[in-house]
Amino acid sequence: MAHTPENVVYPYIPNSVPAIKQQMLREVNAKSIEDLYVEIPERLRLKREMNLPAPFLSEYALRRHVEGLLANNVTVQEYTSFLGAGCYQHYVPAVCDEVNQRNEFLTAYSGRTYEDHGRFQALFEYASMMGELLNMDVVNLPTYDGYQATATSLRMSARITGRQEALVCQPVSADKVSKILDYGKPDMQIRLVGYDKKTGQLDVAALKAAISDKTAVIYLDNPSYFGCIETQGDEVAQLAHQHGALCVVGVDPISLGVLTPPIEYGADIVCGDIQALGMHMQYGGGHAGFIATRDEERFVMEYPNRLVGIAPTVVPGEYGFGEVAFERTSFIKREGGKEWLGTMANLWGITAGVYLALLGPHGMAEIGEGIMARVQYAMNKLAKIKGVQVPGFQSPHFKEFVVNFDGAGKTVREINKALLARGIFGGQDLSQEFPELGNSALYCVTEVHTKADIDMLVGALRKVVEA
Amino acid sequence: MASDKRLGLVVNPKAGIGGSVGLKGSDGAAIQKQALALGAVPKALNRAIEAIQFLATLRGELEIVTYPGEMGANAAVACGFEPVVIGAITPGETTAADTSQAAGEMMGLGADLVLFAGGDGTARDIYRAVGTNVPVLGIPAGVKIHSAVYATHPKSAGELAAMYLRGQATDLREAEVMDIDEDAVRQGVVSAKLHGYLKIPFQRMLVQSLKSASPPGERLAADAIACAVIDEMAEDRLYIIGPGTTTRAITSRLGLPKTLIGVDVVLNRQLLAADVGERRLLELLEGHRAKIVITPIGGQGYLFGRGNQQISAEVIRRTGKENIIVVSTLDKIVSLRGRPFLVDTGSHAVDEMLKGYTKVVTGYNQYTVYQVSN
Amino acid sequence: MSQQDITAQRYESGKPKLRRYHQARWDEPIIFELSRPGQRGVLVPEVEPEIKEQVGDAFSALPDKMRRKQPPALPEVSQVHVLRHYLRLSQENLGAGLVSDLGMATSTMKYNPPINEQLARSPKVTELHPLQDEETVQGILEAIYRFEQILQEISGMARFSFQPRAGSQAIYTNVSILRAYHASRGEAEPRNEMIATLFAHPSDAACPSTAGYKVITLYPEESGYPSLEALKAAVSERTAGLFITNPDDTGIFNPLIDEFVKVVHNAGGLCAYDQANANGLLGIARAAEAGFDLCHFNLHKTFSTPHGSGGPGAGASGVTEELARFLPVPTVEFDRQRYYLDYDRPDSIGKIAPFYGVVPNILKAYAWVMGLGAEGLREAAQVAVLNNNYLLKQMLEIPGISAPYAEGKRRIEQVRYSTEQLTQETGVSSLDFALRAADFGAHGFLSHHPFVVPEPLTLEPTESYSQADLDEYAAIWARIAQEARTHPEGVKTAPHNAPIHQITDHDSFEDPACWAMTWRAFRRKAQDDHGQ
Repeated sequence: MAHTPENVVYPYIPNSVPAIKQQMLREVNAKSIEDLYVEIPERLRLKREMNLPAPFLSEYALRRHVEGLLANNVTVQEYTSFLGAGCYQHYVPAVCDEVNQRNEFLTAYSGRTYEDHGRFQALFEYASMMGELLNMDVVNLPTYDGYQATATSLRMSARITGRQEALVCQPVSADKVSKILDYGKPDMQIRLVGYDKKTGQLDVAALKAAISDKTAVIYLDNPSYFGCIETQGDEVAQLAHQHGALCVVGVDPISLGVLTPPIEYGADIVCGDIQALGMHMQYGGGHAGFIATRDEERFVMEYPNRLVGIAPTVVPGEYGFGEVAFERTSFIKREGGKEWLGTMANLWGITAGVYLALLGPHGMAEIGEGIMARVQYAMNKLAKIKGVQVPGFQSPHFKEFVVNFDGAGKTVREINKALLARGIFGGQDLSQEFPELGNSALYCVTEVHTKADIDMLVGALRKVVEA
Repeated sequence: MASDKRLGLVVNPKAGIGGSVGLKGSDGAAIQKQALALGAVPKALNRAIEAIQFLATLRGELEIVTYPGEMGANAAVACGFEPVVIGAITPGETTAADTSQAAGEMMGLGADLVLFAGGDGTARDIYRAVGTNVPVLGIPAGVKIHSAVYATHPKSAGELAAMYLRGQATDLREAEVMDIDEDAVRQGVVSAKLHGYLKIPFQRMLVQSLKSASPPGERLAADAIACAVIDEMAEDRLYIIGPGTTTRAITSRLGLPKTLIGVDVVLNRQLLAADVGERRLLELLEGHRAKIVITPIGGQGYLFGRGNQQISAEVIRRTGKENIIVVSTLDKIVSLRGRPFLVDTGSHAVDEMLKGYTKVVTGYNQYTVYQVSN
Repeated sequence: MSQQDITAQRYESGKPKLRRYHQARWDEPIIFELSRPGQRGVLVPEVEPEIKEQVGDAFSALPDKMRRKQPPALPEVSQVHVLRHYLRLSQENLGAGLVSDLGMATSTMKYNPPINEQLARSPKVTELHPLQDEETVQGILEAIYRFEQILQEISGMARFSFQPRAGSQAIYTNVSILRAYHASRGEAEPRNEMIATLFAHPSDAACPSTAGYKVITLYPEESGYPSLEALKAAVSERTAGLFITNPDDTGIFNPLIDEFVKVVHNAGGLCAYDQANANGLLGIARAAEAGFDLCHFNLHKTFSTPHGSGGPGAGASGVTEELARFLPVPTVEFDRQRYYLDYDRPDSIGKIAPFYGVVPNILKAYAWVMGLGAEGLREAAQVAVLNNNYLLKQMLEIPGISAPYAEGKRRIEQVRYSTEQLTQETGVSSLDFALRAADFGAHGFLSHHPFVVPEPLTLEPTESYSQADLDEYAAIWARIAQEARTHPEGVKTAPHNAPIHQITDHDSFEDPACWAMTWRAFRRKAQDDHGQ
């Protein structure tokens, strides 16, 4: 371990200049910095230097080091990716990055509505634009990610209905189910309800058999994990309401320029992830969740995290923002509190607002239609490959679809390795997660894929499969 | 908006007289005469002025209704108000009855808030007249304040009153009206009574920073505590429930009536006996195992000995320390400013037994551990 | 004008004068108000004619009821105006890059170096899909692995997970791990109580509560921390564990922390160290030496990743070897040849969040540590503590301001002050002070609830601010304290130099008939008011 030279002055630590330190120590009547740690007993002290790698003190050396590490990555700009399964490659408009790189947004935190008025307004606008997209009046500030949004929506439903059972309609990603199970402990009972093997959509008969007056909520994703657009949402909502339960739908917001917002077929709570709205994938680091409800007290009171409302100031015509209903009715029997509050994902909320403002109603309609067209094209062409069955399900699709390779005599793993050699990231392997699908993969096509990209995939798959 | 709000103002000119010259309290003509003879200076006027000054910005929209001269008009005028003066007094000889009458008349005139300056005696007089029918707030001017109806100092009383009248981020809660029997004190015996509750405004934080969660309000916290206690209630067990706003939430949630200032006994979620004394409690303990549910009363944090003496040392001894459930909102504990809960059961042995740390139910599935001393 | 004039404006008797500051105020409309039908912000990629021809109607398979009928009423704004709008809003914020953000205490608002931001925005990070073949992401996996090694050394804990997306979620992760541990020993049900302290972050109580535990919160005593006796009274055979910060949010270090850990261990519970306040302790004291079983760090605090106007941050949950098997899946491993994601962990608590964590922030934190090294980290901690004690001295010189608890003792990296005496003399509350601070370009954090310290004000300098910054900041408070005495009304109606003025209407936040969380709700309710 190399030692840092004595008396290095660190650019990030202005008072590391020895003369300044000395002067300040004199001011506080301390002979050395050790004196300031007097309250920490010897036995708790670390008695040696930390054994950490030698630092790169110059910014240039640091950059070279980190970039050297990162060079060992292959990006979706270098290879063509057809991966989805919860993280999506969409085009991020330049203005989105321009805004979320602004130091004032980037480094602000939780100042008040006065001196941090800008971020409050940006967040209120985000919630407002999401409200239009969802056709709903209450949208929260972003939570950690879509999984958290789902998990919290389920617990909100439990609090509202006073019941503990959640019926979760398959297919839902195994990861999301894992999260829901953990978060529901100890009181919630999570029951998975099977899907229709032909359509890939939910099995209403199975739901009817499963629901009872113990059910707090029926949950479904739309589109589902397999990319199928769920068309029975209205039946499900009706069924839930007949039994005094709520209906929660998890949506992909980028589909709502063309698909019916869930509230219009009876959903009570709508949730999801906004990563597709202007966030780079960042190896899974670009996620943020949303939860939306009607503007009714019984819903509003159950949100654990922030709802920003608009209010007039003392100057006529001027408005500011603040937290709505911050004294929530929290103590319904089984819930001691309204979950918790902490740092979540506001910067992505602001970014999603920018995205929605840039796209506008026309952009959102065009992008949705374009995605569906490209998906249809990809499915049509892939279906022509011998040994490949696509789509896996008889349903309309948005953005993703299941491709089955049972007829190809190769595992998805083998196929994907071969595709990789050709500079393609093939669809996510579903054979472990959903063994009943056999050798299947989940393929994702968005507005970033050109005809040439899709044709290349088809060509490569044909070669790999027929080899 | 504070358009056309009406504020009742009652000043007890005798409050605080005794203390400055070493007398314990100021009630009764004899003591007051003695105090004045010893050169005591009436503090109430100055305290009232300190508070009312904060209402100056409301001058245009606020009507002050008050009693003549030293019972309020002087203070109001000194702050630039033109009060509506009602009633009649004999200057220099005002009594508790005057205080009660004044408050009653102001309530009758539709006062939005009655601001009063005085001590525990004054609070008791106000309570007699208005109960919880009108919000009130105390400007501390007495020598000993046990009642929880007073602001911490005159300026904050004025501030809080102003905020309440402006409709800004205030809510109402009930607070105990206590008084110590002064004659008993001068004989060296301490005896305190809980007289009832007054409704006072309290401030809530309006503008949040979105960094951390806000606490529940008083009523919700008490409700949560009630849920917690009820959920744990065992069958065939006596629950001896002491007085206090927090304990009242328990009986309220069970749908039972609660004696305002007395001790009630609940068995299998039904009211077994109301407003019982020590003897009855001891009788009941013969046949049952029990739990005592208590909350600190008044501004001094007494668990036993001030306002719930019916739960005597003997009752406590027979019930057992491990069967005492202490409930309190966190706000109440915080208001003690780090001073421990106090016990004064009349038995040194029982006091010693109770000393140490007690678990306190502060919410649903939420507890704290707090010190108990004597 | 001469150099003299300029200096005279900036300094008085050698001390910096306060700026004649005014925050940007744009009076910027809500973005919907900028909308003009037909305007476009960005055009989307066109579908090739061949695709259109091949596919025909893209919606042919979609039932009509699932087809959106009314386009979403999003604003229609040209790109020029979208950018301008958000740039203006960005100017109406006090970020830590812009001001000396000592006032946002407990959040450790230190400098966020742009180099780390740039590295994390490299396409080599942003354009990676989390499900790519591991062969293609060896670089980022290595960075994550190396940073885990670093945190292991900094804390003394054996393994870390970065899956929690911020501090509170890391606390929750630790609660889950703790529960899994007790469950593995058949003790999940009986051990249903968790202990926390009142001066820690509310999440130390709220997260266990969310997970179904009864929470006993210890009350601080004169020392500033709970007594050992109080802990002993709280502990029993029902104790699952202890969640504690040290130093607490008052900046007071509990020297008996290892005794606390022993008491809980003796009762069969585990101890989790909330290291949100680690900034003064890097290289000085560690979780391991105090005996902790779990810990967590907030990468957006001590490790310099930016706060993002309220996230994303990043959390790191650390555990002893014994608890490693319960960590969320996957972990990042190295078999001497390649880095890989390990899903083969049958005892894992499962997923806390999608994928592996807020990866760009992990990278920023890694780069931050690599730019400083062990000596640099210790320097950061030491200067943070020096800065804090330096500011403490100046703050205590302001009449009416005190630092309750542990009077006369050194604090670690932050201090919770009280303006109570000043408030009693002037009627100006600490909240009023904090709102007036905005008029000088400063924040003032009061305290988490409940306000055990009356009229609280908490300040945390970190190592990022200079001596002059500290002097300027203290001068701001001295000025406001003076104003409280001379013209309190001005302080109580603050802010005056901020983008907006005071909000006093609480119906907008409390009354269901008035509140509005979206512009559409606001317009609807406003119309209802007027349209009658």
